[in-house]
Formats: sequence, C-alpha cells, structure tokens
Amino acid sequence: MNCVLGPDNILYDTLLFRVIYDGVGNVLPCWLSYVVAGIAMMMILVNGVLLGAGLFSWVERRLIGRFHNRIGPNRWGPFGSLQPLADLVKLLVKEDLTPRGADRIVFTIVPVAMLAPVVLVMAVVPFAKDTALANLNVGVLYILAVTSITSIAIFMAGWASDNRYAMFGASRGVAVLISYEVPVVMSLLGVVLVAGSMSLNDIISAQTIPFLLVQPLAFFVFFAGTSAELNRTPFDLAEAESEIIAGYHIEYSGVKFALIQAAEFGAVLTSSAVMVTLFLSGWSGPASNYLGWAWFLMKIGVLAFIFSWIRATFPRLRIDQLLAFAWKFLLPLSIINLFATALEVYFLRDGAGNLDTSDLWIMAGINFGVAFACLLVFGTLIKEKVRPAGPVTGATLTPGEAD
Amino acid sequence: MPIKTEPMTVNIGPQHPSTHGVFRLRVTFDGEEILEVEPIFGYLHRGTEKLAEERNYTQIVTLTDRLDYVSSMINNQAYCLAVEELLGVEVPQRAKYLRTLTAELQRVASHLMGIGFFLQDLGTLGTPLMYAFRSRERILDLFEMLCGARITVSYMRPGGVFFDAPDDFWPALDQFLKDFDAEYKEIEQLILENEIVMVRTRGVSLLPLDLAINASVSGPVLRASGSDWDWRKMDPYDAYDRMEFDVPVATGGDNYDRFWVRIQEIHQSIRMVKQCIQQIEPGPTRADVPLILRPPAGAEAYGRVEASKGELAFYLVADGGISPYRCKVRSPSLINLTVTEHLLVGWKLADMIVTLGSLDINMGEVDR
Amino acid sequence: MALQQLTGEDLAEKVAAGVPESVDGMVDGALRVKSQKIADVANFMKSDSGLDFNFLNSISAVDYIDHFEVVYHLTSLNKRHTAIVKTRLVGRDDLTLPSVYHLWRGADFQEREIWDLMGISFSGHPNMKRIMLWEGFEGHPLRKDYL
Repeated sequence: MNCVLGPDNILYDTLLFRVIYDGVGNVLPCWLSYVVAGIAMMMILVNGVLLGAGLFSWVERRLIGRFHNRIGPNRWGPFGSLQPLADLVKLLVKEDLTPRGADRIVFTIVPVAMLAPVVLVMAVVPFAKDTALANLNVGVLYILAVTSITSIAIFMAGWASDNRYAMFGASRGVAVLISYEVPVVMSLLGVVLVAGSMSLNDIISAQTIPFLLVQPLAFFVFFAGTSAELNRTPFDLAEAESEIIAGYHIEYSGVKFALIQAAEFGAVLTSSAVMVTLFLSGWSGPASNYLGWAWFLMKIGVLAFIFSWIRATFPRLRIDQLLAFAWKFLLPLSIINLFATALEVYFLRDGAGNLDTSDLWIMAGINFGVAFACLLVFGTLIKEKVRPAGPVTGATLTPGEAD
Repeated sequence: MPIKTEPMTVNIGPQHPSTHGVFRLRVTFDGEEILEVEPIFGYLHRGTEKLAEERNYTQIVTLTDRLDYVSSMINNQAYCLAVEELLGVEVPQRAKYLRTLTAELQRVASHLMGIGFFLQDLGTLGTPLMYAFRSRERILDLFEMLCGARITVSYMRPGGVFFDAPDDFWPALDQFLKDFDAEYKEIEQLILENEIVMVRTRGVSLLPLDLAINASVSGPVLRASGSDWDWRKMDPYDAYDRMEFDVPVATGGDNYDRFWVRIQEIHQSIRMVKQCIQQIEPGPTRADVPLILRPPAGAEAYGRVEASKGELAFYLVADGGISPYRCKVRSPSLINLTVTEHLLVGWKLADMIVTLGSLDINMGEVDR
Repeated sequence: MALQQLTGEDLAEKVAAGVPESVDGMVDGALRVKSQKIADVANFMKSDSGLDFNFLNSISAVDYIDHFEVVYHLTSLNKRHTAIVKTRLVGRDDLTLPSVYHLWRGADFQEREIWDLMGISFSGHPNMKRIMLWEGFEGHPLRKDYL
C-alpha cells in the first residue's frame, strides 16, 4: 500500500489500473508495479478488442446468413459460435505468402499498422464508470488522429503488394478516407460545442439526453462517414469484391490476412463504441454505476447490427459518386449543423457557459427541424439524378398477330 | 495544371469473380477510366461443334446442355427443333406444351440468375442473389421431378420430350407458382427502385438501337435498346403461337433497361407457364421416331429459338449418316459481346463489371 | 405479320439486277453467289430498300472436302423476312473471302471464329486472328481432315 498514484496522472481515473497498481505495489517496487499494471491493462484491452472482433465476425456471418435466407455457420460450438476459432486455426496453419515483387518490410508492417489504431482508439473510450484507460482531455482529437493511421496502412498495403488490383484498392481507399475525414470532423465539432469539452468522460456526463437527439445531422454524417472509413457497403470501394476482388489486401494470406480481418471487424466495434460514447450517452443508463458495461455493450450491439444490416442491403456506389456524396452532401450538411449548433449554444447557454437539460431539449427540437429541412432540400436537388423518367413499359405486340 | 498520368494495363480475368466464368478482358486504364478493351475468349472451348460430328443425333442433346448451362432446356429445344426440321417430324401437342412450359420455367431460372449476378456485380453482398436463388432452386427441383437432373437436363429429344411429367409434378408446379408471386415481389421491392441501383446503372453504357441491330445483338439486350424483336412472336415455334404474352421493351439501352427487361420478362414467362397448365391436354409426348435418326443426305436446318440470352440457333447439315455433317451453334452470348468495346470504353472500372453483368453472358456458350 | 422466308428464286432476280454477274445458282431455298462478290451482294442486300437485311443472324462455314461453303443467315427486322445466302470456296489452302464486318459489326467474332476453326480468312476484317484457340495453334480443328 506504499505506492500511491497522483491524481494528475492520466491513468488515475482507471479504477482497475489503480487496484492492480496498489495490489502489485505491495510486493514489487513502485516503478515496476506501474509497468506491470500497464501491461495488464494492455493485455485486457488488446485481447478484448480481438475477442470482440472474432465474436463479431461470427455474429455478422450469422446475421447476414439470416438476411440471405440461409443459416450461416452453425457447425462448431453452440450455434456455431466457435467458428471464429476454427477460422483462426485455419489461417494460422496456412502458408504465409509474400509476392516476389513485394516490398517485404512494408508488406509485413501493414497488418500491425492496420490493427494498431483499432486498439488505440479503445484506450480513451470509457466502457463503464471510471474505466477509460486514459482520460485524455483531448479525447476526440486523439480518436481522429489515431483512426487516420488506417489510410496510411491501406496505402502501404496497396503499394507494397506489387499488384494492380491492390493499387486500385489503395488509391480508392485513400481517396475515400481523406474525403470522409472532413465531414466526420465537422460533425464532431457540433458535439464538442454542445458538450463544451473534448474529453470523452465529459461528453458522456454532458449527455443528460443522448446527443443523437440533440445532433441528429451530426449523427447521420458521422455514421455515413464512419461506414465509408470502415470500407463497408455501400462504401466498400477499397475492397470491392466484385470489381477489384479484395483491393488492398488481395495478396495477404495466413496470419497477416487474419490480422487484417480482425482489424476490420474490430474497427466496426471500436467505431460503434466511439459513436455510442459521442451520441448515445455511452455507458449511462439505469443502474449505470453497476451495469454501465452492459449498457455500453448493448448499445454497441445495436449499432453493429445496423452496420451489418446496411451491409447486407445496399449495392455499392461508384468512386465519383462516393466522393460527390462526401463533398456535395455530407460536408454541407455538417457545416449547416455546426452553424446551427453554434448559434443555439451562443443563445441558450447560461452565464457560466453551461447548458441544462431543457436547453438540450430545445436544441433537439430545432435541430430535428433543421435536419428534416436539409434532407428535404437536398432530396429535391438530387431527385432528378436518382429517379430519372421510368422505362417505357412493353406490350408492343398484341397476341395472335404473329399467326 | 494537368496531372500527368500513365495508362495501366490490367487483365480482368480469366480468374475473377465477376467475369461469369473464365473470361478475360485486357483493359487499359487511365486511373479508373477505361481507354481500351480487348475481350479474350477460349478458356472454356471444348469443341462442341467438332464433338457433335462424332455423336449421333440423340446423343448431341447432352452436349447442348453444356453450352449455356443455366438454360439447358432452351438449348435442348433449339437443337430438337433443328433436328425435327431435318427429319420433317411433327411433334405431338402435349410435347409442345411441355417444351414451352419447361423452356419458360428455364427462362425464369436463367433471368433470376442474370439479375442476381447483375446485382452482385453492383456490390450487394449477395442478398438479392440469394433471394433469386431461392426461387431458382424451386425451379430446378421441378426439373428434377421431370427428368432426374437439375442443370444438365437433356429433357427434350428430337420428336418430343423424353418423359411425360409425373403425376406429382403438377401439384408441385401449382405450389411453386403460388409461392413465386410473393417471392418475386420481395425481390422486386428490394431492388427495382433502389436509389443506388438507379444512380449506378441509369445512363451508363448506352447501346443505341442501330448499333445493336448492326452488331447482331439479340435477346433482352436488343429489346432494352428499343426493338421489339422476339422470335417467340416473330417465328412462333412449339406452342408459342397459342400463348398470350407481351414483349417488354425499354428504349434507353442502358444498364438499367437491360436489367429491367429481364425483370419484366419473368412476369411474362410466368404468365405463359400458367397458360400452358390450362391448355395442356393428355396425349403422347414423343413422335414415333426411330432410335437412331438418319436425316436425308443434303438436308439442312436452322433451328432457332429465343433463348434467355438471345437468339440461339443450331445450323445442322446432314449427310445421311447417323451424326450431323456439320453442327454450328449460333450462340447469343458470344455475339452479344461484339459490342463490349463500344459499351465499356470511356466508363469506369466499376461500370465495366456492371455492364458485363447486364449483358448476362455465359462462358459455356461463348466458348462452346 | 408472320415472318417470311425469302427463297433463292425471290432473291436471285433482285440480286442479279443489283450486283451483275454475282448469282451462282439456287440451292434448297437459298441463294448462292460467287465468292468474290459476297461483300457486294451483302452490301446490296443491306442497302436495297426492298430487301433491307439489317440483321446478320449468323455466318457458318461447312467443309465439303473439295470445297467450303459459307452460309449467311440474314433477317430484316423492318420487313420481317429472312434469307439464306451461300457461297462456295474451292480448294483447301489460302482461302480468302471478302469480309462483311463493315456492313454488320455482328460479323466480327463470327468471321474470326471461322478463320480460327475452319481456316477461311476474311479480307478487310480489321482484327483477323484466332479467337477460341491460342496464337500459334497448328491447323484448323473443324476441318474434316483435322483429327
């Protein structure tokens, strides 16, 4: 009990870390117990994300099976839930190929570079009371910074693979990621404005009503932008199965492929976690002091289900349409949202600059009106493109004319 | 300032998930845009025409199954019509109706697969494809009841069909038709007015009517460009002269119209199947033809049908022996591909895949 | 209006008037023309307003050991009639026929296929090379002497 963590340490808010630190501190020197506790937390986090990715891969396959009118993997374990394990073993024993013309070092770094941001994001997301690994006061900025590593990883993969399909996938992926970063950041600014802080803990505590209601446009833009960054239909251009086969990861096999897949499935979960934190009031809910983690997981599950649902339903957009969607539709929407939110915050805040719950309800009302008006206006603007005149119906020949 | 770019040549295929078989396109891209296209065939060339010269007239039916293996009934029909023209045999009424019925069911199956893969090429994760396959499976089950095979049916023979339909076929067919309406409605609701399908396919890869006719394009691809030419109307064979049906025609000639024509043709085919069930009467199902057929020397026949992909024809020349002297297949898939270059150049990689899907080619038939 | 099959007799007179010294006879309801005139005959049949054959159904080649026969199945989508035009090529080596590619684009792959499998070359075709088999393949498999 001789080791005490100072309250200015960024890990001070993590209850579990302090417990381990104190416990180990009884037998080891303080600096070593700090390291041990840190490693323990890392293990929990990394394995939690990877396990979640594995589980989600099974859940999504089952779900998409149901969407397809078929059963999905159901052979191993209860309802086939050990299928990810079987996949993993199969991928581990597969030969790990590297194309002859590939840049070996870059090619090998890619899977790690893909997986790292996914795990890193989880470091600042609080999944129950006092559980965020690091309560950064610039949490939102950190998330944006870390997730943009993915674009570098994708381009590394495409460049190092020495494959033209991979090159297509990489250039598409980078174009998409760069374009969608802009509206995503703009939409997050609205949330930050309302919460008055960039720290995720503060954002959660500011959500006396979920920001989904206060910031519907921002949620829509963020959701669309995130699905584009996650490479999921209708924005899965970087790995378009029917066009460029698997895009940037076409040449990967074995363990590397397993890591890339884990990163993709894990990214869905971490993005859902970020969205839950920013828009669905995180772990708060009834009895959240004890059941915070359950609320958090449940909300993640709902968002992940919506991701799977969208993936199973929509066809893919073309690259120019995808970029036009980002620049001509999502960006204006997020700017309108930011502008409206800024005005609302300016007029509604009290002397100390705080917003109370009734102010948030007023904002929700106004913002839903704004969102509806925007969608109506943009809908009419693009109506001509989406629904041109219908085709001429047939029936040109009367029966019996032939004889 | 213009950015300097360098054209890049990519082989799409022969092993690619969206080339509908082993088909290769050598494409030169400028970024994503297509500059040049050269289709390369032959990976599935089995020499069907040469093989046919070694087999007798009945055996060749099994070769025709393997041409367009998703619409083998219609291939059987085209070949049998050609042989019957050689022999001058009149097919019994019941056989004519059975042929029309199975051919229309096969057209439904083939079009379902066509639209399913078209949407797969558009990037859906297989949901429309699986919906389409659900109904297609039912049709193949019906074929299994008729002749024991699902894909390579060999159901038709020169002079009629091989078996009469078993008694439990008709209730099963009724049940299928009853279920199909709801199932097909689901597919249509899912895809027909999907905004993304619209923006991806409307106005893309236009095929003007004059080029379509000039390039001998036939079938749904021709009808999507504005022609109403359908051999079932123009030169009715089997029981089509007693069928009441419309020919769906679209005028745009783009990918959406080709897709739309197929969707509508399924409705018409189901209409014809229902009429066949009403009009069919008991009777013999095969004309009295010998086991080994010997058409007279010097006879030739051009048996043509409106297959699901277009005009399918068998040009047979007889020399008095037991096997044809020459058996030429006019395959719609190959000839519809004549316009590939026109359709693809100037469009993007993603459009190329969709356009190939909208042509609905089948490599078994292209390479023969 | 039903489809009408124009026989050789129906065609012979018109074609002989349009392209002199081209008709070579009539066989089994088909018109036979001289091989070197086939492109002219095709041009006439396509452009003549009475015939108006705008659709080329298929081109087939048949090997009769001492000669080859190339058969053109034609249809007029406007006038709703069909016709068969045949032409004969005597000999087995260096066979050349004028191409109809420039009249009907649909002849593109079919002429290439005939060159590939039957060994009849089409002059005027812009891309006369093998289609089903690979470059460097020996012989033409659909010929009767190819075993």
